[in-house]
Amino acid sequence: MSDLFNLTVTVNGTRYERAIEPRLLLSDFLRHELGLTGTHVGCEHGVCGTCTIMFDGQAVRSCLMFAVQADGHDILTVEGLGTVEELHPLQDAFRDAHALQCAFCTPGFLMTLVPFLEQNPNPTEEEIREAIAGNLCRCTGYQNIVEAVKLAAQRMAT
Amino acid sequence: MKPPPFKYYAPTTTDEALALLAQYGYDAKVLAGGQSLIPTMNFRLAQPSVLVDLNHIPELFYIEPDKNGGVLVGAMTRESQVEHASLIAERAPLVHETMPHIAHPQIRNRGTFGGCMAHADPAAELPAVSVALDARFRIRGQTGERWVPADEFFIGFFTTALQPDELLVEVALPPTPQRCGWSFQEVSRRHGDYALVGIAALVTLDDHDRCNQARIVFLSVGDGPVEAHQAAKVLRGQSPTPEAISAAAEAAAGADVDPSSDIHATADYRRHLVKVLTRRALGQAFGRAGFKNDE
Repeated sequence: MSDLFNLTVTVNGTRYERAIEPRLLLSDFLRHELGLTGTHVGCEHGVCGTCTIMFDGQAVRSCLMFAVQADGHDILTVEGLGTVEELHPLQDAFRDAHALQCAFCTPGFLMTLVPFLEQNPNPTEEEIREAIAGNLCRCTGYQNIVEAVKLAAQRMAT
Repeated sequence: MKPPPFKYYAPTTTDEALALLAQYGYDAKVLAGGQSLIPTMNFRLAQPSVLVDLNHIPELFYIEPDKNGGVLVGAMTRESQVEHASLIAERAPLVHETMPHIAHPQIRNRGTFGGCMAHADPAAELPAVSVALDARFRIRGQTGERWVPADEFFIGFFTTALQPDELLVEVALPPTPQRCGWSFQEVSRRHGDYALVGIAALVTLDDHDRCNQARIVFLSVGDGPVEAHQAAKVLRGQSPTPEAISAAAEAAAGADVDPSSDIHATADYRRHLVKVLTRRALGQAFGRAGFKNDE
């Protein structure tokens, strides 16, 4: 076994310190070490998008980072986006537009779309479709997801 | 599967990183963006016993103007930074046009400009673009530095001129020549998928609106970037009319490429795409250079 690394990382505003193996993927660290299972694991090679989180404010694939690389950095997962009592406007829009069925892909979509809408508060349908091209959904056929983004953009503008 | 154990180092200077590579040689792999390396480790196709992480070396992250009018890009600069840099849009428009074709935004937020070059995936966009531009690669080892032009950097299948104890530290993009046009095109099944075929074209016109220079480079048709020398020969000194461009496209598909079949596409289909993309790319590039077809 390789030497353990002392990791310090902030996740959803809370600072964590853990001793971990370098080979531990960030996705598995979040799920197994921190119990934050909202971040999902699908393909482990970067194409499906279910593991997408926000790392220092940017959308990244947590399956393509080792947890040790997050030392000193700032992570937001879907658990940090909103609460059941107070959903993020994007989560509200997903519910209202029926943009989820099994919801396995949903956290990855949300964490992709939050930074996207920050940079593009008024996107065209073309821009939305391009932005979500890196997230796969087997249930919805994507149409309602696109509608949810339009709805969220509208609501967040007011 | 999960990656097997490895020793992990996170040096904070290039010199430290080079010392580690000199110490461990072939046992060590460099971790840049990790967007290609980590998938192979997740599947245990690669099992390095040592990982040297370059992500904590600030001196490798930059985009700066070159005195000659071009751009210098530090090897660890994130692809998303290159994508959004106004200096790149102004001085390296071919690169600017190519960036959104690379995978997805989430990948580009970690993937690095230099890491992509050093990995030398035959399906990657940036190596082909760097050959079309005649970019130069700055390589550093413990004994010093050397510069390698793009068409000597890419040697074969996932193989570059880098030795195990060397690092790519910078890519120098040349200034845009006078009367220059460019185009990047690729065909993939879904947006963001690996290209079935891609083309990077850089052309210049002379004072009589004839083709002066043409660099036409393909990706996904061979072991690395494949330059279409016959197609370029057909065009040089000619007026780039649709007929001339068609002839160049025939030459590219017939003489310049020898693609293979795989699960994604047959050789025939790749040849077909070579012809189609050459026509489209050259039409766009010469148009941008200022050629107007008056026939």
